[in-house]
Amino acid sequence: MTTTSTPEARPARAVRRLGDRLFAGSARGAGILILLVLAGVAAFLVIDAVPALVAPAADVPGGKGVPAYVGPLLFGTVLAAVIALVLATPLGVAIALFLTHYAPRRLAQPLGYVVDLLAAIPSIVYGFWGIFWLAPRLVPFYAWAEAHLSFIPLFAGPASPTGRTMLTAGIVLAVMILPIISAISREVFAQVPTLHREAALALGATRWEMIRMSVLPYGRSGVIGGAMLGLGRALGETLAIALVLSVSAGTITFNLISSTNPSTIAANIALQFPESSGLDVNTLIASGLALFLLTLVVNVLARAIVNRRADFSGAN
Amino acid sequence: MATRPSTPPPLTGGAGPKGRLPRWARWAVFGGALVVVAGIGLPAGLGLALVVLFTAVLGTLALFVLSRAVEGRRTAKDRLVTCVVVSAFALAMLPLVSLVYEVVSRGIARLDAEFFNSSMVGIVGEGGGAYHAILGTLIITGLTALISVPIGLLAAIYLVEYGTGRLKQAITFLVDVMTGIPSIVAGLFAYALFAIFFGPGVRMGIAGAVALAVLMTPVVVRSAEEVLKLVPNELREAAYALGVPKWRTVVRIVLPTAIAGLATAVTLAVARVIGETAPLLVTVGITNATNLNQFDGRMATLPVFAYYQLTQPGVPPEFAIDRAWTAALVLIILVMTLNLVARLISRFFAPTTGR
Repeated sequence: MTTTSTPEARPARAVRRLGDRLFAGSARGAGILILLVLAGVAAFLVIDAVPALVAPAADVPGGKGVPAYVGPLLFGTVLAAVIALVLATPLGVAIALFLTHYAPRRLAQPLGYVVDLLAAIPSIVYGFWGIFWLAPRLVPFYAWAEAHLSFIPLFAGPASPTGRTMLTAGIVLAVMILPIISAISREVFAQVPTLHREAALALGATRWEMIRMSVLPYGRSGVIGGAMLGLGRALGETLAIALVLSVSAGTITFNLISSTNPSTIAANIALQFPESSGLDVNTLIASGLALFLLTLVVNVLARAIVNRRADFSGAN
Repeated sequence: MATRPSTPPPLTGGAGPKGRLPRWARWAVFGGALVVVAGIGLPAGLGLALVVLFTAVLGTLALFVLSRAVEGRRTAKDRLVTCVVVSAFALAMLPLVSLVYEVVSRGIARLDAEFFNSSMVGIVGEGGGAYHAILGTLIITGLTALISVPIGLLAAIYLVEYGTGRLKQAITFLVDVMTGIPSIVAGLFAYALFAIFFGPGVRMGIAGAVALAVLMTPVVVRSAEEVLKLVPNELREAAYALGVPKWRTVVRIVLPTAIAGLATAVTLAVARVIGETAPLLVTVGITNATNLNQFDGRMATLPVFAYYQLTQPGVPPEFAIDRAWTAALVLIILVMTLNLVARLISRFFAPTTGR
């Protein structure tokens, strides 16, 4: 990767041409505009959330105020995203390892494209797939889990007859964030210095020992950063959840296989917003603000981790 | 990748190898596992998916035990991990394959002329199409590109050619953060913005385009920046040496050199937003009639059309659900085509950097 840096060397006494000033000004203006948009997103959400935050608790949907309305949604959002993360991280790392160290070299690139295609599929199509393909196929498994694993609170049941459960939603989300995690892991794994790997192999390591000794330690922060980016996407995912999950308002439960599930913030907005007006809209926007802040924190952390790795690894 | 050993290197010392399994051993083990699982499972009514799953698990375990006995602990572990990694990849392909199969097989039924040249005005039950939704998607996506491509390219030019110090750092970092904004939040932002001017309950195409632009611009900046960084510095320096002003250097030298990469970046960014549903759901809504005016009221778009056909199918539901699947199929075809075009652009119009 040869990156060229910005040319610093300018003519000693450059004439300040009008064209230069205009062009540089508009380029910088575009950059600043992007910052303003980000600030604007936060500002407009706050402005429109305030009426719901200051309204009497009884007027807010649910009748107990905004925190009581958003709380279960926040719980559902985090629960679905965590399920997705737990399922997708090991799988994503395994895919990245397969593409960088196991697949025949000639196949690695086309297979990489195929994995990237998973990221290109619109989320609504994942929702369709989740309802019609995945959920019915998981129903027997849920029935089995209820019969044999109900001592674990996660599988307490009663099992959903439609399969539209929190676990199904988590699996759909996992598939959706898989390409993100595997793409970033793949990038880091491919950057592992050849000398590290050859040194491990020269010591007589098997391929797995080489990966464990040189690839995984080197790529660890990239994997963590990729997982957090995936978490950010899973938290904000809307339509797939709105279609797949069968929800009942205000629920908080760790039971993953029943028909009674908490909704997620994003899915709740998508389901409620088109039919809402007045204070209901403000309440939904307040929940959107909570989602925005949550994803902002996760993304800032993720980017900080990924960028820190980039700072330290460039010189190798 | 300089080294990619197809077999583990010889082991000496330590636990030490006792021998090596022949190359056909793994195939034999997995074949045996398949025979065993199918022999016991199929009469017991086991599904095909479970047969494959149990075969993978049983074969992996059998190979591990066999290798452990013949080749020693370390090689056995290596083989175990290989099996796990390959199975994980196969498992990840399952959603993609099943999804494409499902969408094609269900969507093909209504992929007819009527779907492309009729709207939903006066349609109850059979017939109808997504003419209005396809046009709406094209208009709104076009507007989105019109907003985000200039801003995104200029911002990328700023970052690569002009930016210094903290402003550059701030923009780079926040653009990265912005790529993670949930799409529904972008939709709420656009709604809140337009509600100020047009009152609450506003629905119009341009609001959807603004929402999508919030999602698309960071993607354009990010990938355009990568592409511009690849333009060799020698080209810029040669232009400066000839006395060419900086802005003309950028416009006449840097951008033409990187044009293929930029086109790829823009195409991929369009592909990313064309399937977005959530922001359009809250800003543009849905309508049955053809509305081509992005400043006047609700418009239909393909993803939202698919969503409502599925969730509010009416009676009888099967015709609307067929239309929903066909809309999903058309969406996938659009996205895949854009991805393919992007790859072709970058392959056939690769920058001529000399040497």
